Amino acid sequence: MSKSLDFYQLEKKIVELKEQIDQIQLSEEQGKKEKVAGLKLEIEKEWAKIAPKLTPTQIVQIARHPKRPYCLDYVNALMQDFMEMHGDRRFADDTAVVSGLAFYKGQTVAVVGQQKGRTTRERIERNFGEPNPEGYRKALRIMKTAEKFGFPIITLIDTPGAYPGIGAEERGQAEAIANNLKVISTMGVPIVCVIIGEGGSGGALAIGVGDTIMMLENSFYSVISPEGCAAILWKDQNAVEQAAQNMKIRAQDLLDLGVIDKIIPEPPGGAHIDCEQTFKNVDKHLNQALKKLEQKPVQELLEERYQKFRKMGIVLEK
Amino acid sequence: MNDNLWTRCNSCQRILYKADILENLSVCPACSFHFRISASERLAMLFDDGQFEVFDHAILPVDFLKFVDTQKYSQRLGDNQKKTSLPEATVNAVGTMGGIKVVISAMDFAFMGGSMGSVVGEKITRAAERAVREKTPLIIVSCSGGARMQEGALSLMQLIKTSAALARLEEAKLPFISVITDPTTGGTTASYAMLGDINIAEPNALIGFAGPRVIEQTIKEKLPKGFQRSEFLLKHGMLDDVMQRKNLRAYIIRALRLFLNRPQ
Ligand SMILES: [Zn+2]
Repeated sequence: MSKSLDFYQLEKKIVELKEQIDQIQLSEEQGKKEKVAGLKLEIEKEWAKIAPKLTPTQIVQIARHPKRPYCLDYVNALMQDFMEMHGDRRFADDTAVVSGLAFYKGQTVAVVGQQKGRTTRERIERNFGEPNPEGYRKALRIMKTAEKFGFPIITLIDTPGAYPGIGAEERGQAEAIANNLKVISTMGVPIVCVIIGEGGSGGALAIGVGDTIMMLENSFYSVISPEGCAAILWKDQNAVEQAAQNMKIRAQDLLDLGVIDKIIPEPPGGAHIDCEQTFKNVDKHLNQALKKLEQKPVQELLEERYQKFRKMGIVLEK
Repeated sequence: MNDNLWTRCNSCQRILYKADILENLSVCPACSFHFRISASERLAMLFDDGQFEVFDHAILPVDFLKFVDTQKYSQRLGDNQKKTSLPEATVNAVGTMGGIKVVISAMDFAFMGGSMGSVVGEKITRAAERAVREKTPLIIVSCSGGARMQEGALSLMQLIKTSAALARLEEAKLPFISVITDPTTGGTTASYAMLGDINIAEPNALIGFAGPRVIEQTIKEKLPKGFQRSEFLLKHGMLDDVMQRKNLRAYIIRALRLFLNRPQ
Protein backbone atom coordinates (compact mmCIF):
# COMPACT_ATOMS: atom_id res chain seq x y z
CA MET A 1 0.00 0.00 0.00
CA SER A 2 1.34 3.42 -0.89
CA LYS A 3 1.95 5.82 1.93
CA SER A 4 -0.79 8.42 2.11
CA LEU A 5 -0.01 12.10 2.11
CA ASP A 6 0.67 13.92 5.33
CA PHE A 7 -2.39 15.80 6.54
CA TYR A 8 -0.27 18.89 7.13
CA GLN A 9 0.46 18.99 3.40
CA LEU A 10 -3.18 18.45 2.55
CA GLU A 11 -4.43 21.26 4.73
CA LYS A 12 -1.91 23.89 3.54
CA LYS A 13 -4.37 25.80 1.40
CA ILE A 14 -7.02 25.77 4.11
CA VAL A 15 -4.54 27.04 6.67
CA GLU A 16 -3.62 29.88 4.32
CA LEU A 17 -7.26 30.80 3.88
CA LYS A 18 -7.79 30.68 7.62
CA GLU A 19 -4.80 32.99 8.13
CA GLN A 20 -6.35 35.44 5.68
CA ILE A 21 -9.59 35.33 7.66
CA ASP A 22 -7.72 35.98 10.90
CA GLN A 23 -5.96 38.98 9.34
CA ILE A 24 -9.19 40.45 8.03
CA GLN A 25 -10.83 39.97 11.40
CA LEU A 26 -8.05 42.00 13.01
CA SER A 27 -8.11 44.74 10.38
CA GLU A 28 -10.48 47.66 10.18
CA GLU A 29 -11.18 47.45 6.50
CA GLN A 30 -14.68 47.72 5.11
CA GLY A 31 -16.77 44.77 4.00
CA LYS A 32 -15.07 42.44 6.47
CA LYS A 33 -18.08 40.23 6.85
CA GLU A 34 -18.49 39.58 3.15
CA LYS A 35 -14.80 38.90 2.68
CA VAL A 36 -14.73 36.43 5.57
CA ALA A 37 -17.84 34.70 4.29
CA GLY A 38 -16.22 34.39 0.88
CA LEU A 39 -13.06 32.89 2.34
CA LYS A 40 -15.07 30.51 4.48
CA LEU A 41 -16.84 29.35 1.38
CA GLU A 42 -13.46 28.69 -0.21
CA ILE A 43 -12.40 26.66 2.79
CA GLU A 44 -15.60 24.69 2.49
CA LYS A 45 -14.94 23.98 -1.18
CA GLU A 46 -11.38 22.98 -0.51
CA TRP A 47 -12.46 20.72 2.36
CA ALA A 48 -15.12 19.09 0.21
CA LYS A 49 -12.28 17.91 -2.03
CA ILE A 50 -10.14 16.62 0.84
CA ALA A 51 -12.62 15.21 3.35
CA PRO A 52 -14.06 12.27 1.42
CA LYS A 53 -10.58 10.92 0.70
CA LEU A 54 -9.14 11.17 4.19
CA THR A 55 -7.49 7.98 5.35
CA PRO A 56 -7.66 6.76 8.96
CA THR A 57 -4.06 7.84 9.61
CA GLN A 58 -4.86 11.31 8.33
CA ILE A 59 -7.78 11.39 10.76
CA VAL A 60 -5.30 10.41 13.47
CA GLN A 61 -3.19 13.38 12.44
CA ILE A 62 -6.18 15.71 12.73
CA ALA A 63 -7.01 14.26 16.13
CA ARG A 64 -3.41 14.88 17.22
CA HIS A 65 -3.13 18.25 15.50
CA PRO A 66 -1.09 20.63 17.67
CA LYS A 67 -3.63 23.41 17.07
CA ARG A 68 -6.66 21.29 17.94
CA PRO A 69 -8.72 22.55 20.87
CA TYR A 70 -7.86 20.75 24.11
CA CYS A 71 -9.85 19.94 27.20
CA LEU A 72 -9.41 23.29 28.96
CA ASP A 73 -10.27 25.18 25.77
CA TYR A 74 -13.73 23.59 25.90
CA VAL A 75 -14.05 24.20 29.61
CA ASN A 76 -13.20 27.88 29.17
CA ALA A 77 -15.45 28.29 26.14
CA LEU A 78 -18.51 26.45 27.42
CA MET A 79 -18.46 26.74 31.19
CA GLN A 80 -18.25 29.43 33.82
CA ASP A 81 -16.42 29.71 37.12
CA PHE A 82 -14.38 26.56 36.56
CA MET A 83 -12.75 25.66 39.84
CA GLU A 84 -9.96 23.20 39.26
CA MET A 85 -9.60 20.59 41.97
CA HIS A 86 -6.15 19.13 42.33
CA GLY A 87 -4.70 15.87 43.56
CA ASP A 88 -5.80 12.34 44.29
CA ARG A 89 -5.28 12.64 48.07
CA ARG A 90 -3.00 9.61 47.81
CA PHE A 91 0.16 10.49 45.99
CA ALA A 92 0.21 13.52 43.74
CA ASP A 93 -1.56 15.89 41.42
CA ASP A 94 -1.38 14.54 37.90
CA THR A 95 -1.12 17.43 35.48
CA ALA A 96 -2.20 15.23 32.56
CA VAL A 97 -5.70 15.24 34.00
CA VAL A 98 -7.76 18.31 34.83
CA SER A 99 -10.86 18.10 36.93
CA GLY A 100 -13.16 20.30 38.89
CA LEU A 101 -16.55 21.92 39.18
CA ALA A 102 -18.02 24.55 36.89
CA PHE A 103 -21.33 26.03 35.89
CA TYR A 104 -22.80 24.74 32.66
CA LYS A 105 -26.14 26.10 31.47
CA GLY A 106 -26.72 27.59 34.86
CA GLN A 107 -26.02 24.54 36.97
CA THR A 108 -23.02 22.93 38.63
CA VAL A 109 -21.37 20.10 36.76
CA ALA A 110 -18.19 18.15 37.33
CA VAL A 111 -15.79 18.07 34.45
CA VAL A 112 -12.77 15.84 34.02
CA GLY A 113 -10.50 15.36 31.07
CA GLN A 114 -7.00 14.69 29.89
CA GLN A 115 -5.05 17.83 29.10
CA LYS A 116 -2.32 18.20 26.52
CA GLY A 117 0.15 21.05 26.32
CA ARG A 118 0.36 23.59 23.53
CA THR A 119 4.06 24.48 23.71
CA THR A 120 7.00 22.14 24.15
CA ARG A 121 7.28 23.12 27.78
CA GLU A 122 3.57 22.69 28.37
CA ARG A 123 3.56 19.37 26.61
CA ILE A 124 6.23 18.08 28.96
CA GLU A 125 4.43 19.58 31.97
CA ARG A 126 1.23 17.82 30.93
CA ASN A 127 3.14 14.59 30.22
CA PHE A 128 1.73 14.70 26.67
CA GLY A 129 -1.72 14.05 28.09
CA GLU A 130 -0.71 10.60 29.32
CA PRO A 131 -2.05 10.15 32.83
CA ASN A 132 -0.43 8.29 35.69
CA PRO A 133 -2.60 6.32 38.13
CA GLU A 134 -3.05 9.36 40.33
CA GLY A 135 -4.68 11.15 37.40
CA TYR A 136 -7.37 8.50 37.18
CA ARG A 137 -7.75 8.46 40.95
CA LYS A 138 -8.13 12.23 40.96
CA ALA A 139 -10.76 11.98 38.23
CA LEU A 140 -12.63 9.38 40.27
CA ARG A 141 -12.43 11.52 43.39
CA ILE A 142 -14.03 14.48 41.64
CA MET A 143 -16.64 12.23 40.04
CA LYS A 144 -17.51 10.83 43.45
CA THR A 145 -17.88 14.36 44.75
CA ALA A 146 -20.25 15.06 41.87
CA GLU A 147 -22.26 11.96 42.71
CA LYS A 148 -22.45 12.99 46.33
CA PHE A 149 -23.96 16.35 45.46
CA GLY A 150 -26.00 15.07 42.51
CA PHE A 151 -24.10 16.95 39.81
CA PRO A 152 -23.92 15.63 36.25
CA ILE A 153 -20.48 14.63 35.03
CA ILE A 154 -18.88 15.63 31.74
CA THR A 155 -15.69 13.92 30.62
CA LEU A 156 -13.52 15.24 27.80
CA ILE A 157 -11.29 12.52 26.44
CA ASP A 158 -8.02 13.28 24.68
CA THR A 159 -5.06 11.04 25.39
CA PRO A 160 -2.57 8.88 23.51
CA GLY A 161 -2.98 6.44 26.40
CA ALA A 162 -2.16 5.83 30.03
CA TYR A 163 1.50 6.56 30.71
CA PRO A 164 3.73 3.49 30.44
CA GLY A 165 6.36 4.11 33.10
CA ILE A 166 7.97 2.44 36.09
CA GLY A 167 6.22 4.62 38.65
CA ALA A 168 2.89 4.20 36.91
CA GLU A 169 3.20 0.43 37.20
CA GLU A 170 4.40 0.60 40.80
CA ARG A 171 1.41 2.69 41.77
CA GLY A 172 -1.05 0.45 39.96
CA GLN A 173 -1.93 1.92 36.58
CA ALA A 174 -4.05 -1.15 35.84
CA GLU A 175 -5.80 -1.05 39.20
CA ALA A 176 -6.56 2.65 38.82
CA ILE A 177 -8.19 2.12 35.43
CA ALA A 178 -10.05 -1.04 36.48
CA ASN A 179 -11.38 0.59 39.61
CA ASN A 180 -12.62 3.60 37.65
CA LEU A 181 -14.50 1.33 35.24
CA LYS A 182 -16.18 -0.54 38.06
CA VAL A 183 -17.03 2.44 40.24
CA ILE A 184 -18.13 4.81 37.48
CA SER A 185 -20.44 2.14 36.05
CA THR A 186 -22.62 2.47 39.17
CA MET A 187 -22.50 6.23 39.75
CA GLY A 188 -25.99 7.59 40.21
CA VAL A 189 -25.68 10.78 38.18
CA PRO A 190 -25.82 11.41 34.43
CA ILE A 191 -22.44 11.06 32.70
CA VAL A 192 -21.68 12.35 29.22
CA CYS A 193 -18.33 11.51 27.62
CA VAL A 194 -16.95 13.36 24.63
CA ILE A 195 -13.91 12.14 22.75
CA ILE A 196 -12.45 15.40 21.54
CA GLY A 197 -9.15 14.14 20.10
CA GLU A 198 -7.33 10.93 20.82
CA GLY A 199 -9.26 8.10 22.41
CA GLY A 200 -6.19 6.10 23.32
CA SER A 201 -7.14 2.68 24.66
CA GLY A 202 -7.50 2.00 28.39
CA GLY A 203 -6.10 5.43 29.15
CA ALA A 204 -9.14 6.97 27.48
CA LEU A 205 -11.57 4.36 28.72
CA ALA A 206 -10.82 5.11 32.37
CA ILE A 207 -12.93 8.25 32.03
CA GLY A 208 -15.01 6.83 29.18
CA VAL A 209 -17.80 5.12 31.09
CA GLY A 210 -20.99 7.09 30.66
CA ASP A 211 -24.61 7.22 29.59
CA THR A 212 -23.99 9.07 26.35
CA ILE A 213 -20.71 8.70 24.49
CA MET A 214 -20.02 11.19 21.75
CA MET A 215 -17.10 11.69 19.40
CA LEU A 216 -15.98 14.67 17.44
CA GLU A 217 -16.03 13.86 13.75
CA ASN A 218 -12.26 13.76 13.35
CA SER A 219 -11.33 12.20 16.65
CA PHE A 220 -10.51 8.51 16.94
CA TYR A 221 -11.05 5.80 19.51
CA SER A 222 -8.89 2.74 19.48
CA VAL A 223 -7.97 -0.40 21.40
CA ILE A 224 -4.29 0.35 20.76
CA SER A 225 -2.53 3.12 18.85
CA PRO A 226 -2.17 2.38 15.14
CA GLU A 227 1.61 2.52 15.68
CA GLY A 228 1.43 -0.03 18.49
CA CYS A 229 -0.82 -2.30 16.48
CA ALA A 230 1.47 -2.11 13.45
CA ALA A 231 4.47 -2.97 15.61
CA ILE A 232 2.82 -5.97 17.24
CA LEU A 233 0.77 -7.53 14.45
CA TRP A 234 2.72 -6.49 11.36
CA LYS A 235 6.08 -6.05 13.09
CA ASP A 236 6.48 -3.16 10.68
CA GLN A 237 6.30 0.56 11.43
CA ASN A 238 5.23 1.17 7.84
CA ALA A 239 2.03 -0.77 8.41
CA VAL A 240 0.42 2.02 10.44
CA GLU A 241 -2.09 2.80 7.70
CA GLN A 242 -3.22 -0.85 7.46
CA ALA A 243 -3.41 -1.10 11.23
CA ALA A 244 -5.56 2.03 11.45
CA GLN A 245 -7.74 0.87 8.60
CA ASN A 246 -8.27 -2.61 10.01
CA MET A 247 -9.07 -1.51 13.54
CA LYS A 248 -11.89 0.82 12.41
CA ILE A 249 -11.06 3.75 14.62
CA ARG A 250 -13.07 6.56 13.06
CA ALA A 251 -16.19 8.06 14.56
CA GLN A 252 -18.48 6.63 11.88
CA ASP A 253 -17.03 3.13 12.37
CA LEU A 254 -17.60 3.34 16.10
CA LEU A 255 -21.13 4.60 15.63
CA ASP A 256 -21.79 1.64 13.33
CA LEU A 257 -20.33 -0.76 15.91
CA GLY A 258 -22.50 0.73 18.65
CA VAL A 259 -19.52 1.92 20.68
CA ILE A 260 -20.64 5.56 20.59
CA ASP A 261 -24.02 7.26 20.46
CA LYS A 262 -23.37 10.37 18.45
CA ILE A 263 -20.91 12.09 16.16
CA ILE A 264 -20.41 15.79 16.72
CA PRO A 265 -19.65 17.48 13.40
CA GLU A 266 -16.50 19.54 12.98
CA PRO A 267 -16.23 22.67 10.84
CA PRO A 268 -14.62 22.38 7.40
CA GLY A 269 -10.88 21.84 7.79
CA GLY A 270 -11.28 20.27 11.22
CA ALA A 271 -11.86 21.58 14.74
CA HIS A 272 -8.69 23.70 14.75
CA ILE A 273 -9.69 25.73 11.68
CA ASP A 274 -12.72 27.19 13.40
CA CYS A 275 -12.58 26.62 17.15
CA GLU A 276 -15.61 28.84 17.82
CA GLN A 277 -17.78 26.72 15.58
CA THR A 278 -16.41 23.56 17.19
CA PHE A 279 -17.30 24.83 20.65
CA LYS A 280 -20.81 25.67 19.44
CA ASN A 281 -21.30 22.19 18.04
CA VAL A 282 -20.05 20.49 21.19
CA ASP A 283 -22.16 22.80 23.32
CA LYS A 284 -25.31 21.95 21.40
CA HIS A 285 -24.88 18.19 21.61
CA LEU A 286 -23.64 18.20 25.19
CA ASN A 287 -26.62 20.22 26.31
CA GLN A 288 -29.07 18.00 24.44
CA ALA A 289 -27.55 14.85 25.90
CA LEU A 290 -27.55 16.15 29.46
CA LYS A 291 -31.13 17.40 29.26
CA LYS A 292 -32.30 14.02 28.10
CA LEU A 293 -30.41 12.13 30.80
CA GLU A 294 -31.48 14.41 33.61
CA GLN A 295 -35.09 13.40 33.11
CA LYS A 296 -34.38 9.76 33.89
CA PRO A 297 -34.84 8.31 37.36
CA VAL A 298 -31.52 7.06 38.78
CA GLN A 299 -32.48 3.38 38.67
CA GLU A 300 -33.42 3.64 35.02
CA LEU A 301 -30.25 5.54 34.25
CA LEU A 302 -28.09 2.86 35.89
CA GLU A 303 -29.91 -0.05 34.30
CA GLU A 304 -29.61 1.56 30.87
CA ARG A 305 -25.93 2.27 31.46
CA TYR A 306 -25.34 -1.37 32.38
CA GLN A 307 -27.27 -2.65 29.37
CA LYS A 308 -25.51 -0.20 27.05
CA PHE A 309 -22.11 -1.78 27.69
CA ARG A 310 -23.58 -5.24 28.32
CA LYS A 311 -24.67 -5.33 24.67
CA MET A 312 -21.28 -4.40 23.26
CA GLY A 313 -19.47 -7.17 21.48
CA ILE A 314 -20.26 -9.44 18.56
CA VAL A 315 -20.37 -13.19 19.13
CA LEU A 316 -21.94 -16.20 17.49
CA GLU A 317 -23.93 -18.38 19.82
CA LYS A 318 -24.70 -21.92 18.75
CA MET B 1 16.58 -38.00 23.40
CA ASN B 2 12.87 -38.44 22.91
CA ASP B 3 11.25 -35.01 22.58
CA ASN B 4 7.93 -36.35 23.69
CA LEU B 5 9.19 -37.56 27.02
CA TRP B 6 11.70 -34.88 27.91
CA THR B 7 11.59 -31.12 28.06
CA ARG B 8 13.81 -28.25 29.15
CA CYS B 9 12.77 -25.98 32.00
CA ASN B 10 12.38 -22.39 30.75
CA SER B 11 13.97 -21.12 33.92
CA CYS B 12 16.73 -23.43 35.22
CA GLN B 13 17.38 -25.00 31.80
CA ARG B 14 17.49 -28.48 33.30
CA ILE B 15 16.31 -31.33 31.12
CA LEU B 16 13.32 -32.82 32.86
CA TYR B 17 11.16 -35.86 32.47
CA LYS B 18 7.78 -34.53 31.32
CA ALA B 19 5.79 -36.88 33.51
CA ASP B 20 7.60 -35.53 36.56
CA ILE B 21 6.54 -32.00 35.69
CA LEU B 22 2.95 -32.98 35.05
CA GLU B 23 2.79 -34.87 38.30
CA ASN B 24 4.04 -31.72 39.99
CA LEU B 25 1.14 -29.54 38.65
CA SER B 26 3.35 -28.37 35.77
CA VAL B 27 5.86 -26.83 38.13
CA CYS B 28 9.57 -27.54 37.67
CA PRO B 29 10.58 -29.98 40.42
CA ALA B 30 14.06 -28.49 40.43
CA CYS B 31 13.47 -24.72 40.52
CA SER B 32 9.71 -24.26 41.05
CA PHE B 33 9.26 -22.52 37.71
CA HIS B 34 5.53 -22.44 37.01
CA PHE B 35 4.80 -23.59 33.48
CA ARG B 36 1.75 -22.15 31.74
CA ILE B 37 -1.16 -24.56 31.86
CA SER B 38 -4.33 -24.91 29.86
CA ALA B 39 -7.75 -23.82 31.08
CA SER B 40 -8.89 -27.42 31.47
CA GLU B 41 -5.79 -28.36 33.52
CA ARG B 42 -6.44 -25.31 35.67
CA LEU B 43 -10.08 -26.16 36.26
CA ALA B 44 -9.26 -29.78 37.05
CA MET B 45 -6.65 -28.59 39.53
CA LEU B 46 -9.02 -26.25 41.36
CA PHE B 47 -12.38 -28.04 41.58
CA ASP B 48 -13.06 -30.83 44.06
CA ASP B 49 -11.96 -34.18 42.60
CA GLY B 50 -11.24 -32.41 39.32
CA GLN B 51 -14.98 -32.46 38.62
CA PHE B 52 -16.77 -29.56 36.98
CA GLU B 53 -19.43 -28.69 34.48
CA VAL B 54 -18.51 -26.38 31.62
CA PHE B 55 -21.10 -23.79 30.59
CA ASP B 56 -21.45 -21.13 27.89
CA HIS B 57 -19.12 -23.21 25.77
CA ALA B 58 -20.75 -22.64 22.39
CA ILE B 59 -20.10 -18.91 22.18
CA LEU B 60 -17.90 -18.38 19.18
CA PRO B 61 -15.84 -15.45 17.93
CA VAL B 62 -16.73 -13.58 14.75
CA ASP B 63 -14.38 -11.73 12.41
CA PHE B 64 -16.79 -8.82 12.12
CA LEU B 65 -14.11 -6.29 11.14
CA LYS B 66 -12.75 -8.60 8.42
CA PHE B 67 -9.40 -7.95 10.02
CA VAL B 68 -6.31 -8.89 8.04
CA ASP B 69 -2.79 -8.41 9.31
CA THR B 70 -0.11 -10.86 8.21
CA GLN B 71 -2.95 -13.36 8.34
CA LYS B 72 -6.74 -13.17 8.28
CA TYR B 73 -8.28 -13.00 11.74
CA SER B 74 -10.80 -15.65 10.69
CA GLN B 75 -7.88 -17.89 9.74
CA ARG B 76 -6.15 -17.19 13.06
CA LEU B 77 -9.32 -18.11 14.92
CA GLY B 78 -9.63 -21.38 13.05
CA ASP B 79 -6.00 -22.24 13.64
CA ASN B 80 -6.23 -21.48 17.33
CA GLN B 81 -9.43 -23.43 17.72
CA LYS B 82 -7.77 -26.40 16.09
CA LYS B 83 -4.58 -26.05 18.11
CA THR B 84 -6.31 -25.73 21.48
CA SER B 85 -9.56 -27.63 20.84
CA LEU B 86 -11.19 -24.62 22.46
CA PRO B 87 -13.77 -22.24 20.96
CA GLU B 88 -12.14 -19.24 22.65
CA ALA B 89 -9.63 -18.03 25.22
CA THR B 90 -11.58 -18.62 28.42
CA VAL B 91 -13.57 -21.54 29.80
CA ASN B 92 -16.50 -21.08 32.18
CA ALA B 93 -17.25 -23.83 34.63
CA VAL B 94 -19.26 -24.49 37.74
CA GLY B 95 -18.50 -26.98 40.48
CA THR B 96 -17.43 -27.07 44.10
CA MET B 97 -14.27 -26.18 45.97
CA GLY B 98 -14.10 -27.57 49.47
CA GLY B 99 -17.78 -28.35 49.07
CA ILE B 100 -18.63 -24.74 48.25
CA LYS B 101 -20.33 -24.11 44.94
CA VAL B 102 -18.28 -21.70 42.81
CA VAL B 103 -18.19 -20.35 39.27
CA ILE B 104 -14.75 -20.24 37.70
CA SER B 105 -13.66 -18.71 34.43
CA ALA B 106 -10.17 -19.89 33.50
CA MET B 107 -8.29 -18.24 30.67
CA ASP B 108 -6.10 -20.13 28.25
CA PHE B 109 -3.01 -18.35 26.95
CA ALA B 110 -2.61 -20.86 24.12
CA PHE B 111 -5.65 -19.35 22.41
CA MET B 112 -4.34 -16.16 20.80
CA GLY B 113 -2.32 -15.21 23.85
CA GLY B 114 -5.43 -15.28 26.00
CA SER B 115 -6.49 -12.04 24.39
CA MET B 116 -9.88 -10.60 25.30
CA GLY B 117 -12.29 -10.00 22.48
CA SER B 118 -16.08 -10.07 22.46
CA VAL B 119 -16.31 -13.73 23.46
CA VAL B 120 -13.98 -13.53 26.45
CA GLY B 121 -15.76 -10.37 27.61
CA GLU B 122 -19.13 -12.01 27.17
CA LYS B 123 -18.12 -15.18 29.00
CA ILE B 124 -16.52 -13.37 31.92
CA THR B 125 -19.66 -11.23 32.16
CA ARG B 126 -21.90 -14.30 32.06
CA ALA B 127 -19.77 -16.00 34.69
CA ALA B 128 -20.27 -12.98 36.96
CA GLU B 129 -23.98 -12.82 36.17
CA ARG B 130 -24.40 -16.53 36.88
CA ALA B 131 -22.59 -16.10 40.19
CA VAL B 132 -25.06 -13.31 41.07
CA ARG B 133 -28.05 -15.40 39.97
CA GLU B 134 -26.98 -18.49 41.87
CA LYS B 135 -25.46 -16.57 44.77
CA THR B 136 -22.06 -18.21 44.42
CA PRO B 137 -18.56 -16.80 44.67
CA LEU B 138 -16.69 -16.09 41.45
CA ILE B 139 -13.11 -16.96 40.62
CA ILE B 140 -11.37 -15.75 37.49
CA VAL B 141 -7.97 -17.18 36.58
CA SER B 142 -6.37 -14.61 34.31
CA CYS B 143 -3.71 -15.41 31.75
CA SER B 144 -3.87 -12.89 28.96
CA GLY B 145 -1.97 -10.43 26.85
CA GLY B 146 -4.87 -7.96 27.06
CA ALA B 147 -7.52 -6.74 24.67
CA ARG B 148 -7.63 -8.40 21.26
CA MET B 149 -6.64 -5.95 18.54
CA GLN B 150 -8.48 -7.83 15.80
CA GLU B 151 -11.83 -6.85 17.28
CA GLY B 152 -10.92 -3.19 17.55
CA ALA B 153 -12.75 -0.91 19.96
CA LEU B 154 -15.28 -3.61 20.82
CA SER B 155 -12.47 -5.47 22.57
CA LEU B 156 -11.76 -2.34 24.56
CA MET B 157 -15.42 -2.12 25.55
CA GLN B 158 -15.17 -5.56 27.16
CA LEU B 159 -13.16 -3.90 29.93
CA ILE B 160 -16.19 -1.83 30.87
CA LYS B 161 -18.64 -4.66 30.38
CA THR B 162 -16.77 -7.08 32.64
CA SER B 163 -15.99 -4.44 35.28
CA ALA B 164 -19.64 -3.37 35.38
CA ALA B 165 -20.67 -7.02 35.84
CA LEU B 166 -18.23 -7.28 38.74
CA ALA B 167 -19.76 -4.15 40.26
CA ARG B 168 -23.07 -6.04 40.33
CA LEU B 169 -21.38 -9.01 41.96
CA GLU B 170 -20.08 -6.61 44.56
CA GLU B 171 -23.54 -5.12 45.10
CA ALA B 172 -24.79 -8.67 45.69
CA LYS B 173 -22.04 -9.01 48.32
CA LEU B 174 -20.57 -12.10 46.72
CA PRO B 175 -16.85 -12.78 46.89
CA PHE B 176 -14.68 -12.44 43.81
CA ILE B 177 -11.24 -14.02 43.89
CA SER B 178 -8.88 -12.94 41.15
CA VAL B 179 -6.10 -15.41 40.43
CA ILE B 180 -3.44 -13.89 38.23
CA THR B 181 -1.02 -16.10 36.32
CA ASP B 182 1.84 -15.56 33.93
CA PRO B 183 1.40 -13.41 31.93
CA THR B 184 -1.45 -10.99 32.58
CA THR B 185 -1.12 -7.57 30.99
CA GLY B 186 -2.97 -4.73 29.30
CA GLY B 187 -6.73 -4.61 29.31
CA THR B 188 -7.13 -7.78 31.31
CA THR B 189 -5.10 -6.37 34.19
CA ALA B 190 -6.90 -3.05 33.76
CA SER B 191 -10.28 -4.68 34.33
CA TYR B 192 -11.25 -7.86 36.17
CA ALA B 193 -7.79 -9.13 37.12
CA MET B 194 -7.27 -6.19 39.50
CA LEU B 195 -10.79 -6.10 40.90
CA GLY B 196 -10.81 -9.08 43.26
CA ASP B 197 -11.85 -8.93 46.87
CA ILE B 198 -8.52 -10.62 46.96
CA ASN B 199 -5.99 -10.60 44.16
CA ILE B 200 -3.52 -13.44 44.29
CA ALA B 201 -0.86 -14.49 41.84
CA GLU B 202 1.35 -17.43 41.08
CA PRO B 203 5.09 -16.83 41.70
CA ASN B 204 7.07 -14.77 39.22
CA ALA B 205 4.11 -14.09 36.95
CA LEU B 206 4.43 -11.07 34.66
CA ILE B 207 1.62 -8.72 35.67
CA GLY B 208 1.24 -5.18 34.47
CA PHE B 209 -0.61 -2.63 32.44
CA ALA B 210 1.99 -1.67 29.85
CA GLY B 211 4.25 -4.32 28.42
CA PRO B 212 7.89 -4.20 29.58
CA ARG B 213 9.13 -3.47 26.06
CA VAL B 214 6.80 -0.51 25.66
CA ILE B 215 7.99 0.89 28.99
CA GLU B 216 11.63 0.42 28.05
CA GLN B 217 11.08 2.20 24.76
CA THR B 218 9.28 5.05 26.52
CA ILE B 219 11.70 5.69 29.35
CA LYS B 220 14.76 4.60 27.37
CA GLU B 221 16.32 2.66 30.20
CA LYS B 222 16.58 -0.94 31.28
CA LEU B 223 13.94 -2.11 33.69
CA PRO B 224 14.96 -3.25 37.16
CA LYS B 225 15.13 -7.00 37.79
CA GLY B 226 11.86 -8.48 38.93
CA PHE B 227 9.89 -5.47 37.65
CA GLN B 228 6.20 -6.31 37.05
CA ARG B 229 6.59 -9.75 38.58
CA SER B 230 4.22 -11.09 41.24
CA GLU B 231 6.59 -10.39 44.11
CA PHE B 232 7.07 -6.82 42.86
CA LEU B 233 3.30 -6.30 42.80
CA LEU B 234 2.95 -7.78 46.26
CA LYS B 235 5.57 -5.37 47.52
CA HIS B 236 3.80 -2.44 45.89
CA GLY B 237 0.45 -3.31 47.37
CA MET B 238 -1.35 -4.64 44.31
CA LEU B 239 -1.74 -8.24 45.51
CA ASP B 240 -2.92 -9.91 48.68
CA ASP B 241 -0.48 -12.76 48.32
CA VAL B 242 1.69 -14.81 46.04
CA MET B 243 0.82 -18.50 46.07
CA GLN B 244 2.70 -21.53 44.83
CA ARG B 245 0.46 -23.54 42.52
CA LYS B 246 0.48 -26.48 44.89
CA ASN B 247 -0.99 -24.29 47.64
CA LEU B 248 -3.48 -22.42 45.48
CA ARG B 249 -6.50 -24.67 45.88
CA ALA B 250 -6.22 -24.90 49.66
CA TYR B 251 -5.68 -21.13 49.86
CA ILE B 252 -8.79 -20.39 47.80
CA ILE B 253 -10.92 -22.78 49.86
CA ARG B 254 -9.75 -21.08 53.04
CA ALA B 255 -10.51 -17.68 51.53
CA LEU B 256 -13.97 -18.79 50.44
CA ARG B 257 -14.74 -20.09 53.92
CA LEU B 258 -13.61 -16.82 55.45
CA PHE B 259 -15.61 -14.69 53.02
CA LEU B 260 -18.70 -16.82 53.49
CA ASN B 261 -18.20 -17.00 57.24
CA ARG B 262 -18.12 -20.77 57.26
CA PRO B 263 -15.70 -22.09 59.87
CA GLN B 264 -14.94 -25.77 59.55
ZN1 LIG C 1 13.44 -25.36 36.51
